[in-house]
Amino acid sequence: MNNNLISKSVNTCAGCGLEIVIRLALNILGEKTIIVIPPGCAALFSGYSNETTISVPGFQCNLGNTAAVAGGIRAGLDMQGIEDVYVLGFAGDGATVDIGLQSLSGMLERNDKVIYICYDNEAYMNTGIQDSGSTPGNAITRTTPGGKLIAKKDILRIVESHNIPYIASASVAYIKDLRNKIERAKTVQGTSYIHVHTPCPTGWGFQPSQTIEVAKKAVQTAIFELYEIIDGEKKTNKTINNILPEKEYLEIQKRFKREE
Amino acid sequence: MKNKIHVLDGNSAAAEVIKLARVKVIAAYPITPISPTIEILSEMVDSGAMNARFIRVESEHTAISYIIGAQLTGVRATTATSSVGLALMHEVIGVASGCRLPIVMPIANRALVSPWSLWCDHQDSMAERDSGWIQFYAENVQEVVDLMIMAYNIAENSSVLLPVMVCFDGFLVSHSKQLVFLPEQKEVDAFLQEYKPKNLHLNTEKPLFINNLTSPEDFSEMRYQQEIAFENALRIIPQVQKKYFDQFERKYGLFEEYRTEDAKIIIICLGSMAGTVKYVVDKKRKEGLKVACIKITSFRPFPYLELTEKLNNIQTIGVIDRSAGLGAQLGSLALEIKSLININNQKFVNYIAGLGGRDITENTIENIFNDLKTSNIEPSKKWIDTSPNACKIRRIEVEK
Ligand SMILES: Cc1ncc(C[n+]2csc(CCOP(=O)(O)OP(=O)(O)O)c2C)c(N)n1
Ligand code: SF4
Ligand SMILES: [Mg+2]
Repeated sequence: MNNNLISKSVNTCAGCGLEIVIRLALNILGEKTIIVIPPGCAALFSGYSNETTISVPGFQCNLGNTAAVAGGIRAGLDMQGIEDVYVLGFAGDGATVDIGLQSLSGMLERNDKVIYICYDNEAYMNTGIQDSGSTPGNAITRTTPGGKLIAKKDILRIVESHNIPYIASASVAYIKDLRNKIERAKTVQGTSYIHVHTPCPTGWGFQPSQTIEVAKKAVQTAIFELYEIIDGEKKTNKTINNILPEKEYLEIQKRFKREE
Repeated sequence: MKNKIHVLDGNSAAAEVIKLARVKVIAAYPITPISPTIEILSEMVDSGAMNARFIRVESEHTAISYIIGAQLTGVRATTATSSVGLALMHEVIGVASGCRLPIVMPIANRALVSPWSLWCDHQDSMAERDSGWIQFYAENVQEVVDLMIMAYNIAENSSVLLPVMVCFDGFLVSHSKQLVFLPEQKEVDAFLQEYKPKNLHLNTEKPLFINNLTSPEDFSEMRYQQEIAFENALRIIPQVQKKYFDQFERKYGLFEEYRTEDAKIIIICLGSMAGTVKYVVDKKRKEGLKVACIKITSFRPFPYLELTEKLNNIQTIGVIDRSAGLGAQLGSLALEIKSLININNQKFVNYIAGLGGRDITENTIENIFNDLKTSNIEPSKKWIDTSPNACKIRRIEVEK
């Protein structure tokens, strides 16, 4: 990556999936970006006290108002005729699909010119691994000790119902695809929403070296689908000809294993 | 200069000042009794009378979040709310003050649930009294105009940089049409400088990460800076009020004294009830009673030093609170006042009145003065306008 807008020393766990996404996103969007990050593991990048890891302007918002703050920033820029700045909301699954869903919906409805990236590590990780609406069924977390009884909330379908110009799902295992999607988001007049599957070794129970493998398996088993919806037209990005059995994804993670 | 006379209610006055202050982003959510303010603003934007962006957002939580984002980019941004709307903002209210954003927000005071009430009391803003916002309380529509205009100047002063709530009584002021002087645009332009961010600013030329996790080593110091800003505000507010007087010939203070010269009995209050208290003071003075009124205009910062001096020689002090202060010895205003006086030499009573839209009538105030004349009790809270069978109403008998 040529423009390093994020410092090297960040306290994410080894093998953290979201770290790949935030580095790539700022690498693609560049210096003229304002980033909004709610509490969660991404806030490790906001920094601590008078140190930050990010060299673009940023704001750490509350857990449920990423979209609202980002929309407001865009409105403020618009009123000053500043058009060459990207506004990036970078939020976890909990901050997006649960507590932030209302403000997300408002922003999508208004079609504010914001790039919203949700990194989906499928639980409230920063508070110690509790289940979120985005946690898949059967996954064990600290609040679903017997495995989650409810299926994963399909946030992408909720987003789709708002008819924004650009929606994409993506995965850290398919970097080129993710890169293309962020590049496309740059050109969108209105909201773009990118939902990135970002495995978390600490919360899911696999080796830090397996992050990409786990992410890839999710796609190969058709558990996580890669697609784009451009102006309402759905386009599948990765057609899996040979769908692997689900257990190949599930069995490499401790969170789906109940202790006997 | 006296300015042109207009007929405005509190809500339209707030909207007019927001326009005059050249606010650029307005995000708001309707709630009684302040909805007309946001309707008027949306109309002003729609007609082109105002060069701003108006967004009817999906909640008050978003409204305050949205304007924080907007103001951080370097423009004036605002919202307006009441009651549960303000309560819903609570999580984010402290972000505006902690980020030292000089946002000015009108509040039409309305009771909080439960039970539901559409009408005035002060519990909504009193619940936010320690949130790092300056709080002004307006008695009437003219004060809404004047306090709002001054609020921008005070908030944006570089030794203050605090957000301001300009509170006015729901319906009693928000919906009461009154004759007011409203300055012209060029006069307000002369009074208020063009907005420039003086502290935190989201600007790609000068990148800054704002509001990250802060260690115990810095947290207290940052709170302390806010405390100092309030101390500075106690000095800056009178300066701005003086400047306002010089330009517009309307006089303001941190509090207003009414016939306090030789007073023996005094009522201290805030908001629209001050009008009624002053009226009764005149009446009682005619009867030869040495009574007076002090109206608190600036509740935050609280003008404790100046008030201590004023109250020194007053024998009997009654404080009216329009919120219950549940579980506390006294209501919010009374707690402030009690700490300034010597309860061994001075008689002090706190009256709770006017909750959930109950009128504070001439009669209520007369009762208070009569009570103050006679009662000889320990500092206490008295529910002066509550019916004697209060505990009997709406009782549900639970089967034993
Ligand atoms: C209103 C509110 N409630 C709770 C929290 C505590 N909290 C901080 S981070 C977090 C987890 C967020 O989860 P997610 O958005 O999925 O991000 P992750 O930690 O997984 O990266 C929670 C619940 C908070 N900051 N604010
Ligand atoms: S807990 Fe998971 S998401 Fe959070 S920093 Fe560690 S690996 Fe990354
Ligand atoms: Mg998460």
